[in-house]
Amino acid sequence: MHRLLLAAPFALLATPAHAATGEAVNPWVALAYLVSGVFFILALRGLSSPATSRTGNRFGMIGMLIAVVTTLLTQIPQKTGDLANSYVGPDFASLGEILIAIAIGAIIGVTIARRIAMTAMPELVAAFHSLVGLAAVLVGWAAYLNPGAFGLLVGDGIGAVSKVEMGLGIAIGAITFSGSVIAFAKLSGRMSGSPILLPARHVINLGTLAAIIVFTALFAMAGPSETMPLIIALTVLAFLIGFLLIIPIGGADMPVVVSMLNSYSGWAAAAMGFTLGNTAMIITGALVGSSGAILSYIMCRAMNRSFISVIAGGFGAEDGAGGGEAREARPYKQGSADDAAFMLEQAEKVIIIPGYGMAVAQAQHALREMTDILEEKGVDVKFAIHPVAGRMPGHMNVLLAEASVDYDKVFELEDINSEFAQADVAFIIGANDVVNPAAKTDKSSPIYGMPVFDVDKAKQVFFIKRSMGGVGYAGVDNDVFYMDQTMMLLSDAKKMVEEIVKALD
Amino acid sequence: MDFISILSIFVLACFVGYYVVWSVTPALHTPLMAVTNAISSVIIVGALIAAAAANVPGAKWLGLLGIVLASVNIFGGFAVTARMLAMYKKKEKK
Repeated sequence: MHRLLLAAPFALLATPAHAATGEAVNPWVALAYLVSGVFFILALRGLSSPATSRTGNRFGMIGMLIAVVTTLLTQIPQKTGDLANSYVGPDFASLGEILIAIAIGAIIGVTIARRIAMTAMPELVAAFHSLVGLAAVLVGWAAYLNPGAFGLLVGDGIGAVSKVEMGLGIAIGAITFSGSVIAFAKLSGRMSGSPILLPARHVINLGTLAAIIVFTALFAMAGPSETMPLIIALTVLAFLIGFLLIIPIGGADMPVVVSMLNSYSGWAAAAMGFTLGNTAMIITGALVGSSGAILSYIMCRAMNRSFISVIAGGFGAEDGAGGGEAREARPYKQGSADDAAFMLEQAEKVIIIPGYGMAVAQAQHALREMTDILEEKGVDVKFAIHPVAGRMPGHMNVLLAEASVDYDKVFELEDINSEFAQADVAFIIGANDVVNPAAKTDKSSPIYGMPVFDVDKAKQVFFIKRSMGGVGYAGVDNDVFYMDQTMMLLSDAKKMVEEIVKALD
Repeated sequence: MDFISILSIFVLACFVGYYVVWSVTPALHTPLMAVTNAISSVIIVGALIAAAAANVPGAKWLGLLGIVLASVNIFGGFAVTARMLAMYKKKEKK
């Protein structure tokens, strides 16, 4: 029955040529992959504004559907020897088995996507990255074991160029996999977020990296019979370096790591696209690769740190590198929810600065409630988001969107920083380093040079913090705590906001 | 396709990616990562070929495993992106 179904499009495609047989590839197939790649570009293009983003996502789905259906129509044999593909073994997967595999993945994927809490998005993304990485490794190995099926045979071996692409694809895929597993473990709290520093780790890492390059070169030059140990060594070392690269990186640097792994998953797909000569994979790989690279760059810039120093790791490991001396107890003012509510009501303009602490306390819904009440009372409320707030790029925006905060009220650092001078209240909830003036003044501070919010210009500063004990991620004291206009609200973020809401009513 | 044609597509796609991604609003960076995740699973194409051409016993299972992994990502990635994007709405009126 489904043979008949498959036959119809085949007739349309005129010559169902198969890449594996070395015949000219059917131009319609190549065109289909190109169209799929264009849809992926449109998917990303849609994200330029929330209004067009949903259409963009649908374009992405269409692109994927085209790629998968094209492959199914042209590559799936019905019996051994079909499509004149002599590389199909006796134990090939039938269309039914493939559809079952897709269905299993679909059920798992959709279930996770439905259930996941928005606060857990960073670890979900890390977990998804690891899957792309592992899939790339599997595809690379499959291509190595059955080069004929992928159209890679030159004489009795695989062409040298194909082997380099294959080796790179496997290596990048393996790094993406193991690196993402560690990032996932750190983000989900299954592993301590603090950096784990091996002695001589730079030497070990560089050595491993060099070994991978050497093995790739040897693999490309080796004769058909001697490649197996090389590709095994290559794969194992790549898995290893993924672990080694990510374990020394601390929790606050996770936005960079997640973006970087995003980029790697793209380069892995691109390398596989080179191996298979598949346009959809190459376009996608390039898009995803540049996307991740740009996000990493944005994150690094927002912390005033170089990419190299993040990758070298260990940030926040030494206690407060510059201002490491014991902190003297300085006087600060503490307030209650009632005090805060009273002053918020009187204010004309309030700017709220959320940080990772808000996500941890799940305070976004209470915060939205507070915002609604204040707006009813005629207070102008805006949200200010630092690029590195949270554990991944855009993390705070998603949480606020989840709590149905209108995205027109949410502003980026450079767009809102000048408004603090007119603000009556700067309301800091779960953020710390991103408001620390030491970044502007103290050259010895580890966060010196990082762009921060000018909260000191606001008439009043409310700082919600669990206790005076903890310092920010960078381990530096924050002068904002001790300013005359600052009122510390020491409590769990969610509880404090709920109390303020109660007091406002 | 010869190497140079493929390389040309790749290089041009990098430039397209560069400009397209810079135009993504920072508010949507998390959905951007989720959707790039989903689309990079187009690698499923390779897994499909591998599963359908298994010439050594057991190789089919490698391919099928690859298909499952990539499908988790495709469906999960698009679904979670759709879920996030549905939240980015302007309030009708308050």
